[in-house]
Amino acid sequence: MPLLLRGGRVVDPQVGLDEVADVLVVDGRIDSVGSDLELPSGTEVIECAEKVVMPGFVDVHTHMREPGREDEETIASGTRAAAHGGFTAVCAMPNTSPVCDTGSAVRFVVERAEEVGAVRVYPVGALTQGQRGEALSEMGDMVAEGAVAFSDDGRDVQDAGMMRRVMEYAKAFGATVIAHCEDESLAAGGVVNEGAISTRLGLPGWPSAAEETMVARNIRLAELTGCRLHLAHLSTAGSVEQVRIAKERGIPITAEVAPHHLFLDEQAVISYDTNLKMNPPLRTAEDRKALVAGLLDGTVDCVATDHAPHAAHEKELEFEVAPFGTTGLETAVPLVVTNLVSEGQMDWPDVVRTMAVGPRACLGLPEVRLEAGQTADITVVDPEARVEVTADWFASKSLNSAFAGAKLLGKASEVLVAGQCVLRNGKVIV
Amino acid sequence: MVQYRAKAEVMDGPAIERALTRIAHEILEANKGAGNVALVGILTRGAVVVERLAQRIEQIEGAKVPVGLLDISFYRDDVATRLNPEVHRTEIPFDVEGRDLVLCDDVLYTGRTIRAAMDAIMDYGRPSTVQLAVLVDRGHRELPIRADYVGKNVPTARRERVRARLGEQDGRDCVEILEAAEEVDS
Amino acid sequence: MSGLSCEHIMTVEDMTAEDIELILDTAESFKEVNERRIKKLPTLRGRTIVNLFLEPSTRTRTSFEIAAKRLSADAVNMTGSASATVKGESLRDTAKTLSAMACDLIVVRHRYAGAPQYLAECMDAHVINGGDGMHQHPTQALLDLFTIRREMGRIEGLTVGIVGDICHSRVAGSLVPALRKLGARPIVVGPPTLMPARPDILGAEVANTLDDVIGELDVAYMLRIQMERAEGMPLPSLREYARFYGMNSARLEAAKPEMIVMHPGPMNRGVEISSAVADSDRAVVLDQVNAGVAVRMAAMYLLLGGAESAAAA
Repeated sequence: MPLLLRGGRVVDPQVGLDEVADVLVVDGRIDSVGSDLELPSGTEVIECAEKVVMPGFVDVHTHMREPGREDEETIASGTRAAAHGGFTAVCAMPNTSPVCDTGSAVRFVVERAEEVGAVRVYPVGALTQGQRGEALSEMGDMVAEGAVAFSDDGRDVQDAGMMRRVMEYAKAFGATVIAHCEDESLAAGGVVNEGAISTRLGLPGWPSAAEETMVARNIRLAELTGCRLHLAHLSTAGSVEQVRIAKERGIPITAEVAPHHLFLDEQAVISYDTNLKMNPPLRTAEDRKALVAGLLDGTVDCVATDHAPHAAHEKELEFEVAPFGTTGLETAVPLVVTNLVSEGQMDWPDVVRTMAVGPRACLGLPEVRLEAGQTADITVVDPEARVEVTADWFASKSLNSAFAGAKLLGKASEVLVAGQCVLRNGKVIV
Repeated sequence: MVQYRAKAEVMDGPAIERALTRIAHEILEANKGAGNVALVGILTRGAVVVERLAQRIEQIEGAKVPVGLLDISFYRDDVATRLNPEVHRTEIPFDVEGRDLVLCDDVLYTGRTIRAAMDAIMDYGRPSTVQLAVLVDRGHRELPIRADYVGKNVPTARRERVRARLGEQDGRDCVEILEAAEEVDS
Repeated sequence: MSGLSCEHIMTVEDMTAEDIELILDTAESFKEVNERRIKKLPTLRGRTIVNLFLEPSTRTRTSFEIAAKRLSADAVNMTGSASATVKGESLRDTAKTLSAMACDLIVVRHRYAGAPQYLAECMDAHVINGGDGMHQHPTQALLDLFTIRREMGRIEGLTVGIVGDICHSRVAGSLVPALRKLGARPIVVGPPTLMPARPDILGAEVANTLDDVIGELDVAYMLRIQMERAEGMPLPSLREYARFYGMNSARLEAAKPEMIVMHPGPMNRGVEISSAVADSDRAVVLDQVNAGVAVRMAAMYLLLGGAESAAAA
C-alpha cells in the first residue's frame, strides 16, 4: 500500500533538501518528494506536520544478545527497541554466546533477523576466534554470509602483532575493523574513571591513558596496513584529539561516540548506581565537552549507542562485580534532541549527518537518500514529543538504562523500513 | 513550644542552707556516724547537692565521706523514645560493696530517675543499704520509691515544673515552681 | 533532643564535626563502663544488632559484638563470602531477608565498595559501615580520633602522617576526611605506586619520602603493607619498603619526642613498624583496640536511642 508522509520538514543534506514537503513511498521505494504529488489510489496518508522527515537512522553499535542471553534481549525485542528509538537498521556485535566468529553464526543472525526482525540487522563478526585475540577468524566466510565489519568489542586485541595481522587480513575482504580501544594492563580491573571519583568512592580506576594508548596504536596500525578503522565508543578528549590529527593526515579512520559519554560525566556515579557502570567509563566534564565538540565539528562521525541490555539480577550486584553497560536504542534520539538540538548546538541536517549518513559511511553500508528511486528507509521525529523514561516505556527486554527516570523532549514517531511502517505514532506496530 | 514562667519561689537561699544542714544531721543520726556512709550525686544537679552535704558532714563530724557522681542516661527506661545525648562521666572512686550509700538529687518526682540510679549502683557492687536524700519532693510518684531525707515537701500540679537553682551551676540559690505561659507560636 | 544528624554511619563525609565530637564524648562514658567489674548496661535491651561480615575479620567483628552485648542488645553474627566467583544470595535478597527479621541495626563489612550504602537503601534498619572495599571504615577513624584526643589532648592543629598503601586503604579513606573535619592536617606518605589518583579530593597533602616529613608529625599512623595482590606488585620488596617507609627506632629519634605511633592492626612487625617501636611506650596500638569497643558502643547508642521519637521532639 502506498504511503504519503505529508507536510513534514524533509531534511537530507545529501540531496540538498531542507524544506516542508511530502514524501510518497510506493512498493518499498521513494516514488517522489515535493508538494502536490500525484497519489495512487489507496494511498495511506501519515500527517507529519511539525515533524522532521529524514533518511533512516542506523545504530552501528548494539548488542542483541542472541544467541545465548535471550533473557536479556533477542533479535526480535532488540529490533523492536530499535524501531521505538527511530532506527531503521542496527549492527549487531559478535560477543554473543557462542561468539559470532564463523559464517554459519553470521547466517543465523541474518536468517533470524529476516524472520523476526522489526528493522534491518547487519551482523558484525569477531576479529579473532572466540574473541580471544589469538587466532584470526574466518572473515572471508563471514563476509560471504553477510557480515559488514569485524570487532572483538568488549575487548581490544592486546598483542600489537596480532592486531596488525587482523587488519591486514580484514583489508583483503574490504571489511572495516571496529576497535574497542583498551589496554587491559593499564585498565587493570578498573570500573570507573581513574581520578576524583575513583578516589572518593574507593573503586579501582580505569585511566584515560588505557584508551588513548590503544587509540594511538590502532591508528598507527591502520596507517601501516591500509585497513579501514572505526573507533568504537570514544570517551576521552585525548582520543578525540588523536582522531582529529589522524584525519588531517588523511588516514582512513572514523569514530563514534555514545549518548552516555556525550551527556553524562563521572560525577553521576557518586551513588554507586550500577546503571552508570560502563566500559569505557564516564569521564570528566572536560572529556564530555570535547566529545560534544568533536561530534559537532565532524571529528567524530556518528552517534552509536552501544546498547547493552543486562538482566536485573546481574546489575543488582555490588558495583565492582556488576556487568558493564547501559541500554541506549530508545533514549538516543530524545537525548540528542533535548541536549543538542533544543539547545541550538545542532540542527537537523547535523542529526542526519551523525545518525543516518555518518554511520553508513563509517562501515560502508549502502547509502540511503530521500530522493526518487531510493529504498524507503525513513525516520520521522516529533521534536515536541514528551518522553518520560520509565520501566514500562521500554520495548527492550532489559531496563538497565543510565537515563532511567529522565524527562526528555523529542522522539521518533514513524519509522519505515523498505517502505513498511514499523513505528506509527510513536508505537511499534510489528 | 510551651514557655514556662515562675509562679512562686518555695525555697530561698537561706531555706536551702538550713534544709541541707538538717539533712546532713539526719544522715549522721540514722547511720550512727559517717563511718560507713558514701554519697552519690545524680548528675547533673545532684552534683551540687552531694558536694554541699559532704562539706556539712565534714564540718559536723570532722570526717570526709567518699563522694561519687552518677550519670543515669544509659539506665533510663525511655532510651527508645528519648535519646539523651548529653552524657556525663560517671565517677565512683570508692568500693560500693557493703556501704551505706546515700543517693542525692535535687527534685524527686516520678521516681524513675531513682529507679535507674539504683540499677546503675547495683552494677558497681552490692551496698549494704541504699538511701535517698532530696532537696524537694514534689509528689506524683509513678513507682514505689520514697525519700529517706527530704528538704521540703512541695505539692505541685502535674503540668507545673519545679526548678532548683543552685549557686555553683546557676548563679543563685532558690527553688521555684514554674507554670506554663500561653502557647507561644514558634 | 536529637543525637546524630545522620541516620547511618556510612562515610565520614556524611557526618558533621559535631556528630564526630558527640560520638567521641559519648565514648568517654562507655570507656568507663568497660573498666568496671560489671561491663554491662541495659540501654539497648531488646534491640537486635546483626553483624553482617561478608569479608572475614575476627577482630573488628569481635569488637562490634562485644559493644552490642555490653549494651544488652541481642548481637547476631552472619558471615558469608562475597567472592565474585561464588554465586550466593544476591545482596538485595540478603537485605530483604534481614528486613523481614526486623533487625534494628546492621553492621556491614563487605569486600566491595558501595555495598553498605546499597543495603541501607533496601532496608529499614540503621547501618554502620564496618569497612567496604577500598572505600571507608568510619568507626576505625572514630576510634583513632578518640585515641589521638586522649593522648594529645586535642585534634585541631595536629599534623598526622598516614604511611603506607593509601590507595587500597579504607582506613585512610575515612581517617583523612575525619582529621580534616576536626581541624587537623593529614599528610599521606608513600611511594607513588601506592597513592590514589587524587589524594587532594580526600583532603590530604602528599609526601613520597617519610624522612622529609617525620620531624613535623605529631602522630605517625602506619598502615599494614600487603604483598599478596592480584595485579602487578607496586613494591619491589618488603625490605625496600621497611627501609624507606618503616617506623623504626632511628626514625623515632628523628621525630618530635611527643609523637605517638599508631596502627590499625594487625601489625607486620619488621615491615611497616619495627618490633622495638611496636613495644615502646610511644606506640598506642592497644589503646586503639581498647577505644574500639567504647566508640562502637557510642555509635550504636546514638543511632538507636530516640529512634521512635524522631517525629516528636
